[in-house]
Amino acid sequence: MSDTASPATPPKQRAPAKRRGSVARIVRGALASRRGQVGLALTLLVVGIAFVGPFIPSRSPTEFSGVPYSLPGNGNGVLGTDALGRDVLARLLHGGWSLLLLAAISTVLAVLLGAIAGVVAAYRGRVTEMLIMRTVDIMLAIPQLVFVLLIVSVIGAKTWLVVVAVTLCQAPQVARVMYASAQDICERDFVKAVALWGVPPRKVIMRHIMPSLTTPLAVEGGLRLSFSIILIAGLNFLGFGTQPPNPSWGVMVNENRLGLATSYWGVLAPAIVLAILAVGTNVFADALARVAFGGEDGEEVPVATALELTKA
Amino acid sequence: MTETLEVAAASPSKPKARNSHPIRSLLVQRLLTGVVSVVVISIVVYAATLVLPGDAATAILGQQATPERLVELRHQLHLDQSAIGGYLSWANAALHGDFGTSLTQRAPVWDLMVPRLANSIVLIVATAIISTLLGVLLGMWAAARRDSWVDHSLSVTALVASSLPEFVVAVFVVMVFAVTMFAWFPAVSILPEGEHIWNEPNKLVLPVVALVIVVTPYVFRMFRASLIEAMSSDYVEVATLKGASTRRLLFGHALPNSLAATIQVIGLNLLYLAGGIALVETVFQYPGIGLSLVASITDRDVPVIQFLVVLLAIAYVFLNVATDVAVLLVTPRRRLPR
Repeated sequence: MSDTASPATPPKQRAPAKRRGSVARIVRGALASRRGQVGLALTLLVVGIAFVGPFIPSRSPTEFSGVPYSLPGNGNGVLGTDALGRDVLARLLHGGWSLLLLAAISTVLAVLLGAIAGVVAAYRGRVTEMLIMRTVDIMLAIPQLVFVLLIVSVIGAKTWLVVVAVTLCQAPQVARVMYASAQDICERDFVKAVALWGVPPRKVIMRHIMPSLTTPLAVEGGLRLSFSIILIAGLNFLGFGTQPPNPSWGVMVNENRLGLATSYWGVLAPAIVLAILAVGTNVFADALARVAFGGEDGEEVPVATALELTKA
Repeated sequence: MTETLEVAAASPSKPKARNSHPIRSLLVQRLLTGVVSVVVISIVVYAATLVLPGDAATAILGQQATPERLVELRHQLHLDQSAIGGYLSWANAALHGDFGTSLTQRAPVWDLMVPRLANSIVLIVATAIISTLLGVLLGMWAAARRDSWVDHSLSVTALVASSLPEFVVAVFVVMVFAVTMFAWFPAVSILPEGEHIWNEPNKLVLPVVALVIVVTPYVFRMFRASLIEAMSSDYVEVATLKGASTRRLLFGHALPNSLAATIQVIGLNLLYLAGGIALVETVFQYPGIGLSLVASITDRDVPVIQFLVVLLAIAYVFLNVATDVAVLLVTPRRRLPR
């Protein structure tokens, strides 16, 4: 802030108003739409269960409280017991926060890493661009889930490793999108002007290019969050990530799968909560994308954006 | 059709002088990138075995392993050579179809994986065909009745279905069609080792249903969006002004121009399925490569991991190139040098 006062800094320049928007404007737009409201409400419901749940007095989520696969009622809790005779409701209440926390951390890291890589590649060009974008191509040449499994397989299931793996697998997608959006901005006169003024590249990128990219950044953030949640829940389901006996919704679905015919709440309850969460975040991300790219009132999403929204 | 071509030809495209044929140069460039990607991925996968904490052979076999077995495994994984030499001899053997011996099942990886690969391909192809037909039909229906209740409810359903995690969809499908409401199909698709799924087609149904629910929304969304985009374009307007019927507008003009986007989304779906089947196969214990991948990672069956990851990378690269070429072939406009 102090250097705006010194005479050696360039005059404040504004990017052309078209396509420029702040995160606040997009979020406000999304919240004004029905989709955005529904998405946020569903998400908040599950976030509430996940973070308030551990404080609600309940039975122990890890200790045995009855006969395995008992049906609800008759002193077996509201949702019955699971494959090992633990209280399903208690495990449900305790099993969400780690998923949400890990998903949030890896989304923030992936968006940061991806945005920096993509914008730096677009701005620097030449060898930097080639190195970064070819690496991105190669990383995108392995299916997401396989990529994560591969990383987890090398060192074993550790919590921090899940964050690293999910971050590394989402970042190339972000980088690709941000690279495409930044290419156009980097060619604009105001960027060239500040660069000629002698502003160091890091400042040009952070102060002058990034502010013009908040729209794709916000959309990517929303999309990556919903993909991270799905990915981490899937990892948990496959037995990588949260380790038993600790509860986690994905783990619960896997543990109690065989009892589906006897007492299905052990599977159904976490599956429903995961479904609500996934639908909520995805619908909200969709509302963000509509506001950002689809015109004023959430008009039609153009084909290019529809492709971008495709899980790949 | 003629009108379409006229308008497309009249649209301002500035052909720049360039000698090479755009499709061929794109094909060559993409294939080269693809080959490089596969080589790099194979190096990473091979290196991953070396990174295993401590001695890789001990890490895989556990502390109780006999010294003879350790030596044997080190030789088998080419760990008794230098890192580069080990990679080269592994890659050389792989190029000759020898991917080593599975550590858990003590049989050649290739022989073990071929029947499973066949099962997975059946699953993927069946899903791709059904979801494409379904997505295209529903997309057409929604686009033709744009902004009606049909369109809105289809779009919302697609959004919800596309949000759900695969294994959650699979669990719901089992709940409905195998356990509670309709006990029509087996809840698990376990087969005797080496058996092919087409001999027991009733075990194929539920995995396909689950994958179709996961994948169809993308085809639907894409096809609907591109039809609507085509319907609001200049050439369709010209055709409307010339008095063409709605059916002719849809089938004669908009449909051919939506092909490119549709092919692209089918390509993306196949790519997604190549990796995404792991979860659905696990829910159903379906004997395909997805289940093998998860099992091999749990058991640290290194030769199987190496084989499957390289195989998936090759499939990925090939599908990508094939999609790009197919898109170019149905989009005459894009074939012009830009």
